Amino acid sequence: MAKRIDVSGLNAYYGNFRAVEDISMTIEPRTVTAFIGPSGCGKSTFLRTLNRMHEVIPGARVEGKVMLDDENLYGANIDPVAVRRTVGMVFQRPNPFPTMSIKENVAAGLKLNGVRNKKVVDEAVERSLRGANLWNEVKDRLDKPGAGLSGGQQQRLCIARAIAVEPRVLLMDEPCSALDPISTLAIEDLIGQLKEQFTIVIVTHNMQQAARVSDRTAFFNLAGVGQPGRLIEIDSTEKIFSNPSVQATEDYISGRFG
Amino acid sequence: MSSLATTSQLSSSLTERRLPRWMPAVNLALAALLAVAIGAGFNLSSKPQWLLIAAILYVVIQYVTSAVVEGRRHAKNYVATSLVWVAFLLALLPLVSVLWMTISKGIGVINANFLTHSMNGVAINQEGGGLYHALIGTLEQVAIASLLAAPIGILTAVYLVEYGRGNKLSKAVSFFVDVMTGVPSIVAGLFILSFWIIILNMPFTGFAGALALAILMLPVVVRSTEEMLKLVPNELREASLALGVPKWLTITRVVLPTALGGIVTGVMLAVARIVGETAPILMLVFGADTINMDPFNNPQSSLPLFVWTEYSRGTDQSQARAWGGALVLIAVVMILNLVARGIARWKAPKGATR
Repeated sequence: MAKRIDVSGLNAYYGNFRAVEDISMTIEPRTVTAFIGPSGCGKSTFLRTLNRMHEVIPGARVEGKVMLDDENLYGANIDPVAVRRTVGMVFQRPNPFPTMSIKENVAAGLKLNGVRNKKVVDEAVERSLRGANLWNEVKDRLDKPGAGLSGGQQQRLCIARAIAVEPRVLLMDEPCSALDPISTLAIEDLIGQLKEQFTIVIVTHNMQQAARVSDRTAFFNLAGVGQPGRLIEIDSTEKIFSNPSVQATEDYISGRFG
Repeated sequence: MSSLATTSQLSSSLTERRLPRWMPAVNLALAALLAVAIGAGFNLSSKPQWLLIAAILYVVIQYVTSAVVEGRRHAKNYVATSLVWVAFLLALLPLVSVLWMTISKGIGVINANFLTHSMNGVAINQEGGGLYHALIGTLEQVAIASLLAAPIGILTAVYLVEYGRGNKLSKAVSFFVDVMTGVPSIVAGLFILSFWIIILNMPFTGFAGALALAILMLPVVVRSTEEMLKLVPNELREASLALGVPKWLTITRVVLPTALGGIVTGVMLAVARIVGETAPILMLVFGADTINMDPFNNPQSSLPLFVWTEYSRGTDQSQARAWGGALVLIAVVMILNLVARGIARWKAPKGATR
């Protein structure tokens, strides 16, 4: 089910600007890996290279290797659309499709990929909404617009939408940064449950959140403005937050950054 | 701090004297009375003059009373508010008077017979006759023009926004669309006349007119659709792509539905623009007094052409028919607009208000 990600020598560019330099890391299956680091250090950019969403931006390109189990995502004959079905993504701001109902939102990935069987779709909708801890709140109004939910519910709707297509890996780009503490807690609980099935990678600016939800933590940093972001270290979350091997990590975590 | 204290001439009180609520009404009555007195006293016959005097007097009186009681700032506010209202009323004036004139002159001839009969065999100074042939012509020509221009225009806009992304081709297309926006209708008509009718040797038909109308419609559709597509948040495209949905499905199932209300409104505005075009119809459709349902064979008529020919015939009866035609034309445009608004509201993204 869940897959291992093995990145080696990865560079990401926006036009001629190198945003991420020479990153190599291994992300274990069925774990939560947190990316932390200052703004602009390339965490989100790197995250987006893991399901080929980086190249959606005009002029953006990637060099290097991302192995998903034994397939290179940037190899020849790889279909980016198929990659994105295998590696799902949840974004910073909740972005339900405004023209669709709650049910249609969750079913969107399946329906747009040609699943027509109503029973299969209905089952997937319920399973995904239950998986996202949203079923009990919305089961009586599945035909209401998805944009009518609260921010936290919308974000869980987006998670339900992402897991409905049964990806192997789930990427989350600051999924709680637009949410209140209660909704954040709900999402964090959800992440704890989801890691039994998925490989999860989460970008966060909230150090406590990284410490709470993740098994492993990667610290990114950049040498200065206009410099590319680099991976400083990746280790078990416990080690990063108690006894990191690099001084910069300790400075950042303890708030003595810069 | 000290400089603030020394320069501050403002009163520290948060309350201030205001004019009583009824004061503007009293001033208005006073201004009206004065204007009537002045108008009668100086024997001014023109009623708009009276109105103008009353308006100016009102603003002056209001300014003075307000300045005395409330201070300069409130007085200026009254003047600015009055100016905004005057501008609004001035803008409304031509609109309302055109509508009023058309309705009052046109309503007399509108009846079931007028809407269901053609001008076939009706003498110019004879009562009766109708615009059924012109209505049919207009609806058919506009429908064909829309069927041609709307898909091409929408697809062009999709290319510009979703695929072109500011490359050389899309910049060139954008430029020519802008140029086309300024093409006068007579030029579009001349182009079709020389190309379609003279070079290709096609007959004068409703379809030839529809081609020219499509040329006029196209840039409006492209521009409005482009703006609507740009308004669709990028996050929705990314959300769809990240679900493993191919790009073309993302565009057809997520981007276009989200923008549909605006696109429909844009197309309808373009239709409203071409529905009143006379010049290309005159050149290409040629006009006819008989009912011709077939836009691909033989000349047709259209509402603007009907208005023009009837008015130029010069008799009281035919001029009445011209006003009737104008009224029907306005009604057609209005119905199209209402339909567009209905569709836009029905298809608008839901849930923004809970």
